[in-house]
Amino acid sequence: MPYQIIEKKEIAPSVHMMKIKAPDVAKAAKAGQFIILRIDETSERVPLTIADFDATEGTVTIIFQEMGKTTKQLAKMSSSDELQDFVGPLGTPADVRELGTVILVGGGVGIAPVYPQVKAYREAGNKVISVIGARNESLLILEDEMRAASDELHVATDDGSKGHHGFVTDVVKNILDSGEKVARIVVIGPPILMKVAAGMTEPYGVETIVSLNPIMIDGTGMCGGCRVSVGGETKFACVDGPEFDAHKVDFNLLMSRLALYRSEESKCQENHDHKCTCRGEH
Amino acid sequence: MSDRQAMPLQDPKKRAQNFNEVALGYTDEMTLAEASRCLECKNPKCVDGCPVNIDIPGFISCIKAEDFDGAIETIKLTNALPAVCGRVCPQEVQCEELCVLAKKGKPVAIGRLERFCADYEKKRGVTPPVRPESTGKTVAVIGGGPAGLTAAADLAKEGHEVTIYESLHDTGGVLTYGIPEFRLPKAIVKEEVEYIKQLGVDVKVDYVIGKIKTLDELREEFDAVFLGTGAGLPKFMGIEGENLNGVYSANEFLTRVNLMKAYQFPDYDTPIKRGKNVIVVGGGNVAMDAARSALRLGADEVSIVYRRGEDELPARKEEIENAKEEGIVFRLLTNPTRILEGENMTVNGVECIKMELGEPDDSGRRSPVAVEGSEHVIPADIVIIAIGTSPNPMIFSGSEGLKTNSRGTIVVDESGKTSLDNVYAGGDAVTGAATVISAMGAGKVAAKAINEYLSN
Repeated sequence: MPYQIIEKKEIAPSVHMMKIKAPDVAKAAKAGQFIILRIDETSERVPLTIADFDATEGTVTIIFQEMGKTTKQLAKMSSSDELQDFVGPLGTPADVRELGTVILVGGGVGIAPVYPQVKAYREAGNKVISVIGARNESLLILEDEMRAASDELHVATDDGSKGHHGFVTDVVKNILDSGEKVARIVVIGPPILMKVAAGMTEPYGVETIVSLNPIMIDGTGMCGGCRVSVGGETKFACVDGPEFDAHKVDFNLLMSRLALYRSEESKCQENHDHKCTCRGEH
Repeated sequence: MSDRQAMPLQDPKKRAQNFNEVALGYTDEMTLAEASRCLECKNPKCVDGCPVNIDIPGFISCIKAEDFDGAIETIKLTNALPAVCGRVCPQEVQCEELCVLAKKGKPVAIGRLERFCADYEKKRGVTPPVRPESTGKTVAVIGGGPAGLTAAADLAKEGHEVTIYESLHDTGGVLTYGIPEFRLPKAIVKEEVEYIKQLGVDVKVDYVIGKIKTLDELREEFDAVFLGTGAGLPKFMGIEGENLNGVYSANEFLTRVNLMKAYQFPDYDTPIKRGKNVIVVGGGNVAMDAARSALRLGADEVSIVYRRGEDELPARKEEIENAKEEGIVFRLLTNPTRILEGENMTVNGVECIKMELGEPDDSGRRSPVAVEGSEHVIPADIVIIAIGTSPNPMIFSGSEGLKTNSRGTIVVDESGKTSLDNVYAGGDAVTGAATVISAMGAGKVAAKAINEYLSN
C-alpha cells in the first residue's frame, strides 16, 4: 500500500518539507503525534513528528534534516515518488487546553513539530508566544508560518545573523524575567536544547513539556527500544509519550541511547555510497 | 515396530553461523516409513490433542497410499497454516503426546509429516482456493498474526467479506517479527498469507487500530470484529541497569533481526549490536530464539540465565537440544540481580545470584529461592530480557466497555465473545503469551461463533 509524495521542497540547506497523501492518517492526526515511515523494502522504520496535517486534502506534512542514510535517501525523492510505508498517527496527542499564556519553543528542525501545537494552543484560546531558533538565519524554518500562527514571535540565532544573538533559552528567560505570567512552556528541539531549557525553567516553577525522540522500531509499545526514564520510572516514549514533564526526564540517558548506533549508521552510509558509486548513480 | 524417523538437521557448527533453516525436512522415503508406523487406531486420541482438530489419521492414511495431494487437502480442511504448524507447534504436548505409541516414548512424528505435506504442496504449486459466494456480511480482524489469520481464513471460507488490519508493515505477527528464519523461513509465512488473500481476505498493513480508528468506529463500520492483537508488550525485570545501552527486550532484539532483517546489515538499514558475551534472561522458546540469533550474529559466548532448573525450562525440548548442540551455555538456577554499567552507559556484566528450588507455587512449578551470599558477576556486553510479554492496551483506547482482567487480557466466554456485542477475541490477547497453535485454535473457535452470529 504505497503512499504518494505530493509535494517536496528544500526549505533550508539540508532541511526538507514533504507532503504525503495519507488520508486516514490525516483524518486522525492531532498535534504532538508522530508517524513512522519506511522508504522501501530494505529501509529502516523512521519516526518523525507530524509538522502539519490537512484532513480535507488528506495529507500529512513532515520536515526532516539530512542526517543519516535514510534521511539522505529521503531527501533525494521527489513529488510523485512513493513511500512504501507510512504509519500513524502514533503517540499520545499533546495535552492542549486553555491555560492562559503558553510559550512554544522550537529549535532547529524542532520548529516543525512545534508549528501544529502553536495552532492548536491558539485555537484552544491561549495567548501563544513562540520562540524559534537555529544555528544561523539560513537554517531558520517556518518563520512566516509561525509568525502568522502566534500572538508573538521571537527569533534567536547562534551566530546573531537574525534576531537575538544567542540561544532560544535566553529569550525564554527574558520573557519569564519580564514578569509575564506563563502557564506552560513547550520545548522541542535537539536533546541538549531540551535539557538546557528544562534546567533553566525549573527555578521559575513553570510547567515545561518536551517531546522526546528516542530510537524506536514499531512505535506501538512492542519493542521497548524507546524507553526513557521520567521521574525515575521507565516509560515507552512511543505510547506513554512522546511528550513528558521536562523537569523529570533523564536527558543524559536519552542522549546516550540516541548515540547507540552511531558507528553502525556511518557504516550503513558508507555501504550505500559505495553501492551507488558502483552503479554509477552519482 | 520401526523406530521414529529422525529429522535431518543442518550440522550444528555450520548452522551456528547462518540463518538458514535448521531442520531440513523428511525425504519421501522417510515420510512413507514414518507414516507406516501409524496404527490407525479405531478411536484416535491424537485428534483430541490438536487445537484445530486436523483429521490426523485421515491425512496419514493418504500418505500411506502415496496420495500426498489428498493428504494436504485433508489437512487444509481445518488448518490454513500447515507449513507453519508443522514447524513450530509443540506436538510433543499436543497430538503426539496422545498417540498410543507415545507410551513407549516413540509417537508417530505427526508434525513432521504435516510439514512434509505442506512443503510438498508448495513444491508442486498451491492450488488457489475457490472463493465462495459472498454473504454480504463484513468482519474486521485486528491483528495479522496466527489468531487473526486463522479466523480470517475460516470466515472467508464461509463467504464473509473479511478485512485484516495489521499495525506493522508486514503480516504474520509473531511468525514474522518473533520466530527466526532458521526455525521458520519468512518465505513460508508469506506464502501462507498469500493463500489467505486468495480466499478473498483484504489485508491492510500499517494500520494501527486504537490510533487511526477506534474499536468503536470499526464496530459501526463492520458487522463483527475479531481482536487477535496478541501479547506484544515486553516485560522487564525492574532491576538496576536495565535501561543501559546494550539491554534489549527479546521483542526488540528479535524484531530487529527478523522483521527488519538486521542480520543482513548493512544491506538492510536496521542495525543491531553484535555482542561478544551475550546473556539472555528467560527459559522459554523466545529466549532460545534470541540466544540462537545472538550466536549467529557472531557472539563468542551466549548464555541462557534461568532462575529455575532444567526440568522447568518452558521451551520445547527440541529447541533446547538444538540450542545446546549449537553451543549455547545454560546457567540454570541463576537469577540476575543488577546489570553493571561500563563506559558511556553501556553494559559491563550482569550480577547474578544462585537459586534453589523451594515448594511448588500456584503454577505447580517449584518456586526458586535465592541462595544468600551467592552473588557473582558474569561478563556481558549485551543482555536480552526474555521473561514474557503482556497484551498491548493500545487497542482499547476509545473503546469503553471492553472487559479486561487484572493481567490486561481480554475477557471472553467459551465462544470467544467479549463483553461487547459483535466483538470477539482470541489468541495471546486473551490467554497472555502462549503458542501459535493455541492462538489458531482460538481464532477457529471465534470464527465459528462469529459465523453463527452473522447467520442469525
